[in-house]
Amino acid sequence: MDAVSTRSEYRKREESITLSPLEEQLAVQRDPSGGVTEVLTLNIGPHHPATHGVLRLLVTLEGEVVRDLRPIIGYVHTGIEKTAEDKAYWKVIPVVERMDYLSYYFNAMAFCGAVETLLECEVPKRAQYLRVIHLELNRIMSHLVWLGTSALDLGAMSMFWYCFRERELILDLFEQSSGQRMHTRYFQVGGVIEDIPRGFEEKLREFIAIMPGRVDQYNDLLKRNEILLQRLRGTCPLDEESLLALGVTGPLLRAAGNPWDLRKAAPYSSYEDFSFKIPVGTVGDNYDRYAVRVAEIYESVKIIEQALDGLPEGPYITGDRKVALPPRHELATSMEALIHHFKLVTEGFRPPPGEVYYPIESPRGELGCFVRSDGSAKPARVHMRDPSFVNLQATAAMTRGAYIADLIATLAMLDPILGGIDR
Amino acid sequence: MEIIRQGIGDPQSFRERGLRARDLLRGDLEGLELERHVEESILTTTLEKAVDWARSNSLFPATFGLACCAIEMMSIVAARVDVARFGFEAFRASPRQADLLILSGRVSIKMAPVVRRIYDQMLEPKWAIAMGACSSSMGVFNNYAIVPADKFMPVDVHVPGCPPRPEALMHGILKLRKMIQDDPDLGWRERYGAVGTEELLPETSLVAETPGA
Amino acid sequence: MPDQVGLELIATALGEAIPGSVLETTFFRERAAVHVAPASVRQVLSTLKQNHGYRALMSVHGVDYYPHEPRLGVHYELLDMDRVDRLSVKLRVPLDEPNVESVTPDWPTANHQEREVFDMFGVYFDGHPDLRRILMPEDYEGHPQRRDFPLGGEPVLFTHNEVSSPGWTR
Repeated sequence: MDAVSTRSEYRKREESITLSPLEEQLAVQRDPSGGVTEVLTLNIGPHHPATHGVLRLLVTLEGEVVRDLRPIIGYVHTGIEKTAEDKAYWKVIPVVERMDYLSYYFNAMAFCGAVETLLECEVPKRAQYLRVIHLELNRIMSHLVWLGTSALDLGAMSMFWYCFRERELILDLFEQSSGQRMHTRYFQVGGVIEDIPRGFEEKLREFIAIMPGRVDQYNDLLKRNEILLQRLRGTCPLDEESLLALGVTGPLLRAAGNPWDLRKAAPYSSYEDFSFKIPVGTVGDNYDRYAVRVAEIYESVKIIEQALDGLPEGPYITGDRKVALPPRHELATSMEALIHHFKLVTEGFRPPPGEVYYPIESPRGELGCFVRSDGSAKPARVHMRDPSFVNLQATAAMTRGAYIADLIATLAMLDPILGGIDR
Repeated sequence: MEIIRQGIGDPQSFRERGLRARDLLRGDLEGLELERHVEESILTTTLEKAVDWARSNSLFPATFGLACCAIEMMSIVAARVDVARFGFEAFRASPRQADLLILSGRVSIKMAPVVRRIYDQMLEPKWAIAMGACSSSMGVFNNYAIVPADKFMPVDVHVPGCPPRPEALMHGILKLRKMIQDDPDLGWRERYGAVGTEELLPETSLVAETPGA
Repeated sequence: MPDQVGLELIATALGEAIPGSVLETTFFRERAAVHVAPASVRQVLSTLKQNHGYRALMSVHGVDYYPHEPRLGVHYELLDMDRVDRLSVKLRVPLDEPNVESVTPDWPTANHQEREVFDMFGVYFDGHPDLRRILMPEDYEGHPQRRDFPLGGEPVLFTHNEVSSPGWTR
């Protein structure tokens, strides 16, 4: 049997190197000394130690200089949005949490916020403050993992262990409040699933007390480090206009000088009660992106402290029994509570038909959740507007004309999370 | 295999033993003293057991983080659950240098041929751990986009969890280590009944017949 | 968000600038949405950008309205950063003619997002520089996120069906 004829079109296309149009333009050039430069298309990934997750890049190189870059994604595509259409609303929360797997509270928050808007459900103040505490803890944790792995990419290996040491403290707090380290299912539609236990506040205050000191230690190690400055300062800048045209939000946009942060611009979940600053960069190069994220850790600690000091008494989930489960002790005495519990667990609540887009500020940018309800107990469409998916489009613009080493540093500073990109 | 630890005893006998070892190396130890020294300080075992012991205690995992489980896999390298205690901290990027593939995360249909290719590129003996629910079975997502790892590659240890705690992954790796130590039959072909599927180069001379070219 | 009055003003202005574009306006849960005819979406977005200040396109995503016709919908989420206003522009195309003009030349952010809508729903974007599958393998057949596409998956292994399920050695 002829091996050639059984190949599909895709295989044939894959075997011929996809040349970017630049290859024809720059194909063979002669430099003044008579040497010949050729343009080479290199495949980086999907299995590569420096890409954060399974990202595949087709890089067109001239020597060591990147001329063009094309990301190929889809290697962790999980069909999360389709799976979510098959489950009741509260069952969607664990599925959607696993999308951007470093900021799982944010995924849950976006979805719960969208459903609460559909239901016009009030979230009690205590639940909002608890949500803010956990969201900001998750933001710190995401930035710590980013810092550890990025410093590892750049060669500063010991940062990895320092950052993960702090991350373990945060995961201990998550385990204390919800029982799980990652993907905790703590946020539910209408509030949070459980009140914080005794001892959580003390442990959180201990954490708040030491965290700024630890970030100072990281700064001592990295901020004026000659190698870091050489690798990050002035590399791969992109101006604010291009970033906005590409739809980039989050620390990347703030590093370029635009102080757009949804926590301040369109506050949700009681963010307007807290006073914090937005770190903004000036040039928009890799060093600014790094500095903005590290400064955000300080601000998040401040927010957590304010939220903990001002934590109001009250219910931790909405009292609307048609949306939230009744407390278990009522099941023994009240028939209505039993019926509500039964209906909610087996069928779930039915929001009125409609479509809502609910954006929040995740550690990587604007995370939006679009939920369409058709009146049944399962959502008709759940779409997560993931920030990394949109930010990835800026990679080509950022790295044109830079070396491969700068490309690696830029990928690290971009903070892509492939789970969110591929969904 | 058993490792019998004897107390060091008093410092005097320790010094004596050290002096006797020095004499042995010099070639000065003879007769009864030589026999006694050999009995006390040399153990015998089979070659397979010794090789298994060495292999199990120096696994080189391949850096293969796919999704959320990769973060917990990074946690075992971190300080709290320290995989360097056991000697497994050398995560190799190249599959040619690695012998353990920790499939941490969900394997999508686009990634499955890539995983298989990397597994094929690893040299024998090689093992695979399916970490987490998504790679072992379908996990949370039972849909069109995911493949359970068992469908396209042999997996030795499945670690459940979503994601498994670092301690759980450590337990899985140690279980694999025990499996390697106990089981003299290393080849995955024996384990999975795939003997006879080896691809061998045709019998040609290894020396090039025409110089150059 | 623009309130109801603001939404009506925008819709009227759009209807005057591009006749036949605005089909409907929706104001649901304090969120404004404009339903437009598919042929005019690029002009509508440009008008909103230049005349009304919605200079950021935050999200382009698709929806399948099965069993209601026209079945495939594409939503554009616009953001005005100066006044912090959000506006959704929605359009619907039928399955037998799923062609929409691509807005990628005006809004570079729509590049990957339109590819995702094409991959998942099968909406063809005319004028897109590189329309091919982004999340599924390139030779995949079918558009997974349509409502009549099966969810797929493996049968859950119990003791009674353990032997008959496919595995590595069987």
